[in-house]
Amino acid sequence: MYSLEGVWPLPQIFTSSIERYPLNPQAFYFGYGRQSAAQFGCSVLDAAFIRYYSLIFPDYTGNGVLRFLEDKPFHIEINVDHDDCESYPHEDSSEKYNLSVSAGKASLNAETVWGAVRGLETFSQLVYQDDFGSYFVNQTEIDDFPRFPFRGILLDTSRHFIPVHAILKTLDAMAYSKFNVFHWHIVDDPSFPYQSQTFPDLSRKGAFHPMTHIYTQSDVRRVISHARLRGIRVLPEFDSPGHTKSWGKGQSDLLTPCYSGSTPSGAFGPVNPALPSTYQFMATLLKEVSSVFPDSYIHLGGDEVNFSCWKSNPDVRAFMQKMGFGVDFTKLEAFYMENIVNITTFLNKTAIVWQDVFDYHELIPKDTVLHIWKGSPANYRKELSRMTKAGMRVLLAAPWYINHISYGQDWRNYYTVQPLNFSGTAEQKKLVIGGEVCMWGEYVDATNLTPRLWPRASAAAERLWSDEKQTSSVDKAFPRLQDFRCKLVRRGIRAEPLYVGHCKHEYQGV
Amino acid sequence: MTSPLQLALLLLALGFSRGLQHHYPDQADQVDGEAELELVAEPSKFGSLWPLPQKVKLSAVSLKLTGVSFQIADAKGSSAGSGCSLLQDAYRRYYEYVFGGAKRQQQPGKGRRAAGPAVLTELQVWITSPDPECDGYPGVASDESYELTVDQPYAVLKAPKVWGALHGLETFSQLVYEDEYGVKSINSTTISDFPRFAHRGILLDSARHFLPIKVILANLETMAMNKLNVFHWHITDDQSFPYLSRTFPQLSQQGAYHPYTHVYTPADVKMVVEFGRLRGIRVIPEFDTPGHTQSWGKGQTDLLTPCYSGSKPSGSFGPVNPILNTTYDFMSQFFKEISTVFPDAYVHLGGDEVDFSCWKSNPDIQTFMDQQGFGKDFSKLESFYIQKLLNIVATTQKGYMIWQEVFDNGVQLKPDAVVHVWIGGGANDEMGKVTAAGYTTILSAPWYLDYISYAQDWQKYYKVEPADPQDFKGTEEQKKLVIGGEACLWGEYVDATNLTPRLWPRASAVAERLWSAADVTDINDTFNRLSVHRCRMVARGIPAQPLFSSYCPREYKGV
Repeated sequence: MYSLEGVWPLPQIFTSSIERYPLNPQAFYFGYGRQSAAQFGCSVLDAAFIRYYSLIFPDYTGNGVLRFLEDKPFHIEINVDHDDCESYPHEDSSEKYNLSVSAGKASLNAETVWGAVRGLETFSQLVYQDDFGSYFVNQTEIDDFPRFPFRGILLDTSRHFIPVHAILKTLDAMAYSKFNVFHWHIVDDPSFPYQSQTFPDLSRKGAFHPMTHIYTQSDVRRVISHARLRGIRVLPEFDSPGHTKSWGKGQSDLLTPCYSGSTPSGAFGPVNPALPSTYQFMATLLKEVSSVFPDSYIHLGGDEVNFSCWKSNPDVRAFMQKMGFGVDFTKLEAFYMENIVNITTFLNKTAIVWQDVFDYHELIPKDTVLHIWKGSPANYRKELSRMTKAGMRVLLAAPWYINHISYGQDWRNYYTVQPLNFSGTAEQKKLVIGGEVCMWGEYVDATNLTPRLWPRASAAAERLWSDEKQTSSVDKAFPRLQDFRCKLVRRGIRAEPLYVGHCKHEYQGV
Repeated sequence: MTSPLQLALLLLALGFSRGLQHHYPDQADQVDGEAELELVAEPSKFGSLWPLPQKVKLSAVSLKLTGVSFQIADAKGSSAGSGCSLLQDAYRRYYEYVFGGAKRQQQPGKGRRAAGPAVLTELQVWITSPDPECDGYPGVASDESYELTVDQPYAVLKAPKVWGALHGLETFSQLVYEDEYGVKSINSTTISDFPRFAHRGILLDSARHFLPIKVILANLETMAMNKLNVFHWHITDDQSFPYLSRTFPQLSQQGAYHPYTHVYTPADVKMVVEFGRLRGIRVIPEFDTPGHTQSWGKGQTDLLTPCYSGSKPSGSFGPVNPILNTTYDFMSQFFKEISTVFPDAYVHLGGDEVDFSCWKSNPDIQTFMDQQGFGKDFSKLESFYIQKLLNIVATTQKGYMIWQEVFDNGVQLKPDAVVHVWIGGGANDEMGKVTAAGYTTILSAPWYLDYISYAQDWQKYYKVEPADPQDFKGTEEQKKLVIGGEACLWGEYVDATNLTPRLWPRASAVAERLWSAADVTDINDTFNRLSVHRCRMVARGIPAQPLFSSYCPREYKGV
């Protein structure tokens, strides 16, 4: 019944023995080591202790009904090198940890509190119950660290509004799979739910509903704070110049008026790149976004720009002439994106853009991260080669468009992805910073988000965290992922089944 | 006619945008998605009625309703009174659906407001036939028709039986909308309605995954919102036997995933049956044999055929052993119990996908085959078994349903047997054959809802041929033998975590196909009504998944 392989994603280096130690919920203690830079009062770890106590002892009700024969205390002692308790996790945060479980004691050592949080998750997955409900943990030694520093999940809150509590629940589940970036595709064509302090009309007119379908500033802070406590970065995306229909409702003159012959048709296209007011607006909005979201990265989108509206507009055409772009609209798009990236640079933020931007503008700043979303494995491998050869850092999403559902066990496809299997030097491979699971929202809202995301996203989580050689067999992963899925269900996450079978504790909602 | 509900529906309006092709990977499997109909939600002239009634006349005259002054009550002439708890429960249910359960006390001294010129104060429910069937069970011949007139000063719902009244109450609740001030309103309306098909079912599979009772009940509730009337309970299969039998308790003791936490006790079953009855839903259990029975063998020795490897038993087991008298003794006792536990006049006996390899390997079976003169034709052995089983079940006074293979193999069926067509490709021809032989039939082939795909596959269930059960070559008499269909949600990949959003509103598309007239096929109007209908299900606490980018005024509150 006990196996170290019950930990998902699989730790990098581990050994364990059949020697097991009973855990008594009433004699179980978290503590800080004497040498630890973090001590009681550390917000991240204090909160983690409370969370993980309940996750380790799911049956424990606190009223002392459960009685255990073994009353030996068990101490888990945490040592971290840096007191980064009040900071935010970032791209270079170490997440490595060492966990050593022996009689009556576990030592968890990490460089940062984020590593300690990962280690607590692992510890919680090591604990199991026997048939009588008693808790045990086996003697274990683990050295663990992530293969990639960027392991993200994209949620799309524009095509459907996702209530804050559903986002928070997703963050909980992300921590269980050791994901560390929540990519918040917060606005898009269908709606603008972000309530801006500077431009309140954007959500007042652009949200599905100005009162009930918006994220207030305090909602955003709550999401960021909930994520921080779990070692998760919140990466906001304000996609432009395309995918901005909803922006136009609350900000006049932002979008390009489309023309039908010589008169405006009444329809609007992408952001209007020919007007200075556009850049003033974007600078002001991005300044606000930069201060609201603490992460040092910001996602600027830049994908799927349709040129037909720009082409139809005489003012845009005149601007093209003036700038010497001829009839090459990719130059206009490049011009726009360059301005936007410069704004973020000025705000001390690093930009992430969808791969399209690189296709028409190979000279974007070198620290920009390119986000690969298109194509078959053959295609994205080619792109990985090409982009890393140009010295650009890349983030892979193409194989993990998890909103595309199909019958059967499609998690196997997400599991067998080989992110570094492309032609390139070792230096090039280092430029792949990680991967992202995308849950686009056309067909997804709070009614079906959770079962569609979990445990399918967990398959990608192991690919991004664990050693590829140790996790190359899908068949070996299958029973482990089944167990992990039941663990998620036990923790109240509506994670769907992989195949026939049962969980000891089934989901009790509808 | 201008659209009288426009104002209201602006409020309910769903902010649909064009089918933006955001982030479609350029992979071959996306071609279908891109060829997808692009739909834009606009108010339908039929509001949010789902499934669309047979005859609807909506007027522009709008009446207000308030939770304080409105009530649902028995009409004076009704044959059902306050003792008809089926109706009283339904009144309460629909009052809560209409007014969100916000029942305010009337203030003393104020009394009920007199009916103003534009206020609807009462829905009178009038059961017209002498026997309202309050305490009965719905059946295949139940009268489900109703007539609804919404007018001043009160609305009248007339139905011969309670079953029609239940559907009429649902329809009434669908007519109510909120105006821009949040005031509940309803337009003056005349509806005359009845189902196109008598058998409109959902199959849930509680064997491949155990489904907690709560989930089953929630889906019965949702079925009623869609006027579906048969819960086909595929209760056991190879993987598990969760039905706790009084006669053979070891079946679930040994064959369930867990003998206590993953079983349906007699009380559970009773609860499901009664919950269904109160909503006009029949519960038809399926005990599938002789295949799909691996889990039966764990608690009942000698029931399954021992498979041989060469001259020795291999240790594995095949289908039910058709050559032993004990098999039939067991089946007699078992189905005798089933016939008392499940009140419906029908039981589904399965009979699909029998794998002959184990039978072939077994020397005793071979000997038996020779004795019977079956030669090497194992379908004859299968028919032999089924025939005996059918005869056993016939003695319990139950009718039976069987999967199409039983008919294909030429088994002698009772005239009232229902043949269940499930094999895709040629399903129409099969319907033709079955009805030509004079048997009643239902269709499931196009409605295997466990097969999921990206985007709006509900349209396929709704429209794409052969989703119409009567779409085959045959006489009028033959067409009449088609009594309906079922949407099947097999359980390989489905349990309580994902069942409800996977089923709804996709099964709603099937529900309309089975209830509404055959010529109700306008996919745009359908999209508009279904969008609002799905939001209504969400508002009622059912996590029905979205059709496309949009929103509901009241989003799902769970996670």
